[in-house]
Amino acid sequence: MIQFWVAALALTTLLYVLLDGFDLGVGILFGLAGNETYRQRMLAAISPVWDGNETWLVLTATILFGAFPRIYATLLSAFYLPLIVMLGALILRGVAFEFRHKAIAARWVWDLGFAGGSIVATFIQGMTVGALAAGLPMQDGHYVGGTWGWFSPFACLCGLGLCLGYALLGAGWLVAKGEGLLRERAYQMMPALTIGVFGFLAVAFVYALALNLRIMERWLERPYLIVFPAIGAYAAVQLVRGIQFRSDLRPFRMTGLIFASAFATLAISFWPYMIPFAVTVDEAAAPPSSLSFMFWGAGLIVLPLTLGYTAVVYRVFRGKAGETGHYE
Amino acid sequence: MDMSALLLSRLQFAFTVSFHIIFPSFTIGLAAWLAVLEGLHLASGRPVYRRLFDFWLKIFGLAFGLGVVSGIVMGFEFGTNWSRLSEASGPIQGPLLAYESFTAFALEASFFGVLIFGRPRVSPLNYFIATLMVALGTTFSAFWIMVNNSWMQVPVGYALDHGNFVPTDWTAIIFSPVVWVRFPHMLLAAYLTGAFCVAATGAWYRLRNTYAVEARVMLRMGLGLAAVLLPIQLFFGHLNGDYVHERQPIKFAAIEGRWHDEQPAAEVVLAWPDAAGERNRFELKIPVLGSLIATMTLDSKEVGLTDFPRQDRPPVAIPFFAFRAMVGCGLLMMALAWLGSFYELNGRLDRQRLLLWAIFLGFPLPFAATLTGWFTAEVGRQPWTVYGLMRTADAVTPGLTPGATLASLVFFGLIYLLIFSFGILYIYRLLRAGPAVKAHAAATNPKRPLALTGDSPTTEVEAMERAR
Repeated sequence: MIQFWVAALALTTLLYVLLDGFDLGVGILFGLAGNETYRQRMLAAISPVWDGNETWLVLTATILFGAFPRIYATLLSAFYLPLIVMLGALILRGVAFEFRHKAIAARWVWDLGFAGGSIVATFIQGMTVGALAAGLPMQDGHYVGGTWGWFSPFACLCGLGLCLGYALLGAGWLVAKGEGLLRERAYQMMPALTIGVFGFLAVAFVYALALNLRIMERWLERPYLIVFPAIGAYAAVQLVRGIQFRSDLRPFRMTGLIFASAFATLAISFWPYMIPFAVTVDEAAAPPSSLSFMFWGAGLIVLPLTLGYTAVVYRVFRGKAGETGHYE
Repeated sequence: MDMSALLLSRLQFAFTVSFHIIFPSFTIGLAAWLAVLEGLHLASGRPVYRRLFDFWLKIFGLAFGLGVVSGIVMGFEFGTNWSRLSEASGPIQGPLLAYESFTAFALEASFFGVLIFGRPRVSPLNYFIATLMVALGTTFSAFWIMVNNSWMQVPVGYALDHGNFVPTDWTAIIFSPVVWVRFPHMLLAAYLTGAFCVAATGAWYRLRNTYAVEARVMLRMGLGLAAVLLPIQLFFGHLNGDYVHERQPIKFAAIEGRWHDEQPAAEVVLAWPDAAGERNRFELKIPVLGSLIATMTLDSKEVGLTDFPRQDRPPVAIPFFAFRAMVGCGLLMMALAWLGSFYELNGRLDRQRLLLWAIFLGFPLPFAATLTGWFTAEVGRQPWTVYGLMRTADAVTPGLTPGATLASLVFFGLIYLLIFSFGILYIYRLLRAGPAVKAHAAATNPKRPLALTGDSPTTEVEAMERAR
């Protein structure tokens, strides 16, 4: 039962990263789009699905709350200020979808909120993962770092890296959904973003070695981990070829695969800890009566259903998104 | 634990949750109204239903967006500010909130996209199904939230293990009788909110002599639904009072403003509760009615606040006044709905300008009733967060500093002020422009298709309807 909920948590987190990742990425690139036509078409590419995408964050949070209440309580209170700022950023970018085309004079406020909110939310998500990998100040399973205990240059580096990563994912989505100049411009951004992402990965790797992070020892303890960077490398090659040959679907899929392999690397490096080297999965799990109550309804029935109708919604909106036209 | 971080956390939760509840209570009602309109349009083919649907969908979209983003905050705040509570009661509250996000949040968010953007892409029947799914999602959401909150009001089906709550009987938790009086109370409140907003819009158009066909449908359906639901709502309100009387006697005494045991008990209509002096000032009360309301008998003994130690009492004034405000709003709404329906059915509402103005300006009433109802329930539960088991002071995150909490409170305050004021402005603009919003849409979004289907106001059916 515990294993099931670990797997479900991994699945919802990964789906969140991949799905909200691309629409946050489009938000990051939104600021670079010079004119209104591009902006409308960028929004048209994500408008029908962003809402559902963000749901995976809520699902992740509530699975944590229900199945691993200790982790939920510890992490959310440890990252108090960054999480509050992230929520504020998500609010500003979320309302922008509804508000901007109703605004007359204040459109720039919502455009700023959309681009800025996307960047800030992404940065904080990356920073959180970085802080976890670097290790939170914990004592006897309790967070003892105070208001700023999560802060470190390494965590900030990871925040920056995720911005690049989501932007690449967003550019991949725009290539897949966009047409004409929008598609072309997204293609033009991709080489720089790709170099940025891999540059970040290299720097983070060296930095982690230099800091002598405990998580790096996992590579020696678990040599099979190398399989994921190998998959990542294969995806990178395919990504570059996709960009070269203007194969519209490949860049998004391959960037997704890179994210998935990075996610798997981290997840397996953490295992069996949920908060690295402080709280294990078993220590954090809710009592069996909670886990099985969630399993028989939410886990066994509703989660597959949710996956099913998410797929249906994506199918309804498949193909190129066009001008803004047919969605609006 | 620093007292001011506790106080600031409470203020922040009260602020964010009060802001949030405004939108779901509106959108649960609107979602049902949209489903009815879409169903009526499918069944009758009358274009007015489709016009109203498209019109209210835009308003629904705005309110829904505000509800979603403010709701995500709630899902995190348990952990950020109330980590002791979420660690201790997570095994019970966590799965309930997980069910909420699984069954409701995901359902409504996904099909909402189809509602807004999918009309040209799916068949009419599938579109109707998507509408129903959104309505179902909002209802599920309300259900799980009410189960969760009812457990905090009257904890059942648990065992205590090292200070943590372990669920022992989910059936008792979900089918707790408290849930089944509070959930309908909330659902009815949401339907009344939707009905009153629809009726108020109809009244506004009629006062301005515009959109005659739409105004007629909105007034009839809005007022009619409210007229039927309000007595039922009063009945469920009474059942809610019964559970409070039985399970939360301190809250009941606070609501009643009763300081000392009485037999038979009087009903305090209005007063100024004086907590320090443990008495009421400027009291207006009716003898025996208190016993009658509490137990349906003329001579029951009712307990007073002084039976309980001071540290177990809620701040009396808030539940006392909030409850009276809620009941006042409800009665006022009932008067408006009944009078309005009466005149509308007789075809004489047009001439009742004053009544039309009252219905138009009465749209805040259901929101005020919902908010004050929640104030009564939540502040009345204090000083407990899990009633009788865990004090609010013990639930807050240890180590949370007043500085961080103040920063987050101010941050939320600024953001909510910004989005609330613009949200209201945009909703107001949409409502003022009305169902034929073409000029406005064309001005702000040139790419928006002007008329989606054959519902253009120049069709013959339309002309006949206007003539009617």
